[in-house]
Amino acid sequence: MRALIALLAGAIFGAGLALSGMADPARVRAFLDLFGTWDPTLAFVMAGAVLPMAVAWLIQRRLPRALSGDAFTLPGTRRIDTPLAMGALLFGIGWGIAGLCPGPAIANLALAPFAVLPFLAAMIAGMLLHRLRAAGR
Amino acid sequence: MNTLFPGAMPGMGFLGGLLIGLAGAIMLLGLGRIAGVSGLAARAVGIGSGTDSRAVALAFITGLPLGAALVAVVRPVAVTFPPSLAVLVIGGLLVGFGTRLGSGCTSGHGVCGLSRLSLRSMAATALFMAAGFATVAAMRALGWG
Repeated sequence: MRALIALLAGAIFGAGLALSGMADPARVRAFLDLFGTWDPTLAFVMAGAVLPMAVAWLIQRRLPRALSGDAFTLPGTRRIDTPLAMGALLFGIGWGIAGLCPGPAIANLALAPFAVLPFLAAMIAGMLLHRLRAAGR
Repeated sequence: MNTLFPGAMPGMGFLGGLLIGLAGAIMLLGLGRIAGVSGLAARAVGIGSGTDSRAVALAFITGLPLGAALVAVVRPVAVTFPPSLAVLVIGGLLVGFGTRLGSGCTSGHGVCGLSRLSLRSMAATALFMAAGFATVAAMRALGWG
């Protein structure tokens, strides 16, 4: 049942990415391209996504548990440290270079599977690299 | 279409965004977890830390292309990729490593974190957006696309 809910959420998420233009690396780069023909679409995607989520957070505060009966497992909200900053910067550089972040990259398995494969393979390699680095400490 | 931003599609962008937010709300209220794609992807391929169910992560990740495919059946979805393999590989490495180090990406920090008014996510989002803008500007200045 939990997996079915997650599958549904993933499919709605993926549909949203495809519909909004977020799945298109060229459009994402056009949003980040302030000195070119700037495309503000992504700001509208962000606004649309934050609205239902903000309502969800308001509801979440009143719920003792998730509807599945699971406890809420949520990350902390305050700690701003070097790994967070370094990670966000590196991610942003990669996002700017390729015009892809994890969600759209995975959704593109349905839209441009061969084109996205090198990115996805490298993304998983990057995650593994981080895992190995963390394990070596 | 407006003349100031010829390629923009604010209506579809907003509608698609609502779906993304709805999906995040289902994950949060339904299953009690954040719809952070980088974290779920790592968990799905077995590299993620944490105690979250791998079946849930796999199901969510499987849903992403499924939903995109459904949209593509109804209307054409144009995607244009960078032509260079090196760009895709370097971009992928940075996105994979960076999202793990920074504990999140556009969905986790951007959508879920900003709407929660999380200071940590606001900082992360400001930094990855700034880095994205700077990277594209630098590439433009260097003539790399």
